[in-house]
Amino acid sequence: MQRIGVFVCHCGSNIAATVDVKKVVEMARMEPGVVFADDYQYMCSEAGQAKIGAAIKEHNLTGIVVCSCSPRMHETTFRSCAKRYGLNPYMVEIANIREHCSWIHKDMQEATEKAVILARAAIAKVNLNAPLQAGESRVTKRALVIGGGIAGIQTALDIADAGYEVDIVEKTPSIGGRMSQLDKTFPTLDCSACILTPKMVDAAGHEKIKIYTYSEVEKVSGFVGDFTVDIRKKARSVDATKCTGCGVCQEKCPSKKTPSEFNRGLGNRSAIYTPFAQAIPNVPVIDREACIKFKTGKCGVCEKVCQAGAIDYAQQDEIITEKYGAIVVATGFDTIKLDKYDEYAYNQSKDVITSLELERVMNAAGPTKGHLERLSDGKAPKEIVFIQCVGSRCADARGKGYCSKICCMYTAKHAMLIRDKYPDVNVTVFYIDVRTPGKNFDEFYRRAVEEYGVNYIKGQVGKVAPQPDGSLLVQAADLLDNRQIKMKADMVVLATAIEPDPSVRGIATMLTASIDTNNFLTEAHPKLRPVESPTAGVFLSGVCQGPKDIPETVAQAGAAAVKVIGLLAKDKLTTNPCTAKPDELLCNGCGNCAKVCPYGAITYEVRQINDHGIREERRLATVNNALCQGCGACTVTCPSGAMDLQGFSNRQLIAEVDAICR
Amino acid sequence: MQGLKARALELLNDGTVSRVLGWKIGENTYDPEPAFFETAEAMEQFVYNNFCAANLSKYMIEASKLEGKTLVCLKPCDSYSFNQLLAEHRIDREKAYIIGVGCKGKLSIEKVKQSGLKGILSVTDTDPLKVETLYGDAEVAYKDAMLDRCHVCKGKEHVVYDELYGESEDTSDADRFEQVRAIEAMSPEEKFAFFQAELSKCIRCNACRNVCPACSCRKCVFDSNKFDSAQKANVDSFEEKMFHIIRAFHVAGRCTDCGECSRVCPQGIPLHLFNRKFIKDINALYGEYQAGADVDAKGPLTSFTTEDAEPGVVSQGGIV
Amino acid sequence: MSVNEEFRPKIVAFCCNWCSYAGADLAGSSRLAYPADVKIIRVPCSCRVNPMFILRAFEKGADGVILCGCHPGDCHYSTGNYYTRRRMTMLFSMLDFIGVENGRTRVEWVSAAEGVKFSTTMNDFVAKIRSLGKNVRLGDLRCKD
Repeated sequence: MQRIGVFVCHCGSNIAATVDVKKVVEMARMEPGVVFADDYQYMCSEAGQAKIGAAIKEHNLTGIVVCSCSPRMHETTFRSCAKRYGLNPYMVEIANIREHCSWIHKDMQEATEKAVILARAAIAKVNLNAPLQAGESRVTKRALVIGGGIAGIQTALDIADAGYEVDIVEKTPSIGGRMSQLDKTFPTLDCSACILTPKMVDAAGHEKIKIYTYSEVEKVSGFVGDFTVDIRKKARSVDATKCTGCGVCQEKCPSKKTPSEFNRGLGNRSAIYTPFAQAIPNVPVIDREACIKFKTGKCGVCEKVCQAGAIDYAQQDEIITEKYGAIVVATGFDTIKLDKYDEYAYNQSKDVITSLELERVMNAAGPTKGHLERLSDGKAPKEIVFIQCVGSRCADARGKGYCSKICCMYTAKHAMLIRDKYPDVNVTVFYIDVRTPGKNFDEFYRRAVEEYGVNYIKGQVGKVAPQPDGSLLVQAADLLDNRQIKMKADMVVLATAIEPDPSVRGIATMLTASIDTNNFLTEAHPKLRPVESPTAGVFLSGVCQGPKDIPETVAQAGAAAVKVIGLLAKDKLTTNPCTAKPDELLCNGCGNCAKVCPYGAITYEVRQINDHGIREERRLATVNNALCQGCGACTVTCPSGAMDLQGFSNRQLIAEVDAICR
Repeated sequence: MQGLKARALELLNDGTVSRVLGWKIGENTYDPEPAFFETAEAMEQFVYNNFCAANLSKYMIEASKLEGKTLVCLKPCDSYSFNQLLAEHRIDREKAYIIGVGCKGKLSIEKVKQSGLKGILSVTDTDPLKVETLYGDAEVAYKDAMLDRCHVCKGKEHVVYDELYGESEDTSDADRFEQVRAIEAMSPEEKFAFFQAELSKCIRCNACRNVCPACSCRKCVFDSNKFDSAQKANVDSFEEKMFHIIRAFHVAGRCTDCGECSRVCPQGIPLHLFNRKFIKDINALYGEYQAGADVDAKGPLTSFTTEDAEPGVVSQGGIV
Repeated sequence: MSVNEEFRPKIVAFCCNWCSYAGADLAGSSRLAYPADVKIIRVPCSCRVNPMFILRAFEKGADGVILCGCHPGDCHYSTGNYYTRRRMTMLFSMLDFIGVENGRTRVEWVSAAEGVKFSTTMNDFVAKIRSLGKNVRLGDLRCKD
């Protein structure tokens, strides 16, 4: 039996003006388990807390109920008060008789009756409370960043600058990501490579950063502070310690017909290649599917020409196992496939390209050396049409329901750059809405229209039809003038929707990080915890969380880094003791609880058990207290009631129900 | 039947299985009982006829703890229950050797009695049933003697088995949700009167719970003190009133609609109506779902979509 | 004076700690009144509410039970209220099926910023329960004679 003390607060007149606090005290004294009850002007004050403390000592209280303001206000106050006086902080319950009672009711009798009932419910609950201890778990002071684009690089740099070790895992042969493919950036028009490469170099040279390129995360186990990760370092077929990056192998390689991933397939690369000139590391990889040596056994040119003797055909994949305290997902995006958009003739005409392909066309290191030309015949275009929202804000299942966010701005950028460099080229943009919420964004868009004479037409393009003369017939509706438009274009550029990189699905599964229907990773809270995944210790950086531009990505990367640093700065983590706890005698091991756990906190193991003399092996649910956040979803899924939530147990909640309905 | 028995014996004798889980002959054709057979001698009692209605899948929970494999005879509809138990790790697939036995609808002596026959002495399981009574011989059409659940048969395919024996037939000739719809159309007063009348018959014998393959908890929540706030008296009255609703909720999304609950109820309470109401709602709101059809399927109450209907749908015209 | 004006229903409101309980706090600090018949039980998440709690409340004489949680998509635990939504839809439909008036059960999504919504919801719910009168059904589901 508990020995419960009840403390009724006047809160000045906030409570006492509408609730007869003396009556509440008097009624509370009659409840089972209550050995002491009193009221006071301000329970949260030092004197009030001292009063509680004195009562704890004097009456050997095992639990207390404070009838006061919302627990959201002072639960922590009274818990620490209890702790100070030697009572387990989880033996405290609050009856909210201010926000939920005195402040909303006018009639004193009515409010007092309700306050009595609320007190009664809290007393009934505390009768069933048990002391809880916050657990501790250790923290490995090293972070893993998955993805080596601008998001991953920035996160890694920020974490490393704070003095913690960071590993970047990048699946392609070089870090740099999408940003390395861009020509210029909006709204400043500075050169993408010029601002990205120094960061790549910084990351590569940082003593706290280790970069695994051409590598993938293969397995993740553990939990916040203590993850164990297997990284597959794919065989490069080139010894990175010997390679000097001279590039002769790539020049001499006879297999040069593989579409270049970096140039979005608009040009070819050799079988042994570095994706681009500024690649980091500047060590090529052999694409074994394209390599003649690997396919036929004959060739070996690269080995012959390599002065450093770095070519190693026998190299094998390597598995590296490392421990991490925190993991940041920065897997970025890709543009959606356009198979379902036949009306834009993307697959029929080489002159219909995506905006990301246009970036490569406009780039001096791209397939056309930066000359704006038609990819079909190399002629200079005179009429260019941009189509916005291709697959974005799409109501049907072909595309994405969301706004890809960056397209309005990069289209304005493209239009402006083309008009600037080729004033004789007409540029028309078909749009649904132009969205420019960002610093200097609207000004930028207006310059495109006003200074550069870009022709913006509100309307959707219905069809792009390749003509026998090689031009493209664009049919569209002008929604403002309410007329049909038919115009000839030499090139059509599609502002293609972006989607999370497909690799994110597998990674999310490994991390038990939740993902939404569009494959974007879910935040722990959309407003208040936007860079944290609901899975403790997993953080989100960049487009894997939602569409965003470079400055937003960098900002989020920094925010994720701060969260990681905050975590790694701790030696131990205290865990919330209000976690789910299975009763092993009742557990069926059915597996339903794990299915509803948003944190992957529940696993099953076969254990030897003694059930009233019967010894047997059983499959039983186990809750990892470091991961469980205490939502209680599992407790309701469990049909036998084996899973219960500490601090909000079935019996406690039923006791409250009973007390209210009594 | 002889072939099935011979095959079972063969597997028992060659050591493939350590025991056979099937039906034991009763006093009459119509009362075979589930039984384990461990020897050739015991197998003398083995029977499989059209009165063998019991779903044996739940016995595999205990059988999974025993040494060696158990040969289990499963009818097509039983195989769904087996799969569901498998999905919930309650039984060990490696411990079972499943003979998918043929089924052309199972018979019920209660149905024969309902045809008006009294003083039944013997009955065949043939089509039509030949019934010998104190007052002379009679015949009952096979369909008329079939269990209600067989009129809404899940089909002739076994969803899991090691080998098949005998032919099956899809005997469905009724609308599975007809009765549920009829109740849904009632006023709250009528609904309540209907269920109060039915549930008042309950003697809390737990036959429904014990037979239910979805009710497979080691210890039922009603038998533990996990929801007891203080006094046992509280629990008793709560349990008394809410037992069937809570039981139905606990098996919602997991119930294969095998119909055993109603079959075994000594009071004839149509308990399957609760389960079928949930199934109907689940199908209507979350897409057609058959528990046990796919071991890897996500259960409707352990999954969700962001577009799910709001609970308010119930008061806004109900779930159609 | 009609019977319903005298009738003071017992109403249990389960509120999730992160959104609806805070919404109720905001209703309080904004002095947005609703009848004292409503008694709130704090739960970490709406998904903590076991249908057994609701049945228990009815069995113990509650006339209405309302469950409030974060708006779908805003759950503090990211997915809890999606399970709540399915479970409660099923439970409410079952209660309706056995003849408990469907107005006695409700789920409402109330954010921490929606003090007004909390108050109007409770006013509305209480009015509904008052119009339905005392709940006897679940307490009398099995006629014992």
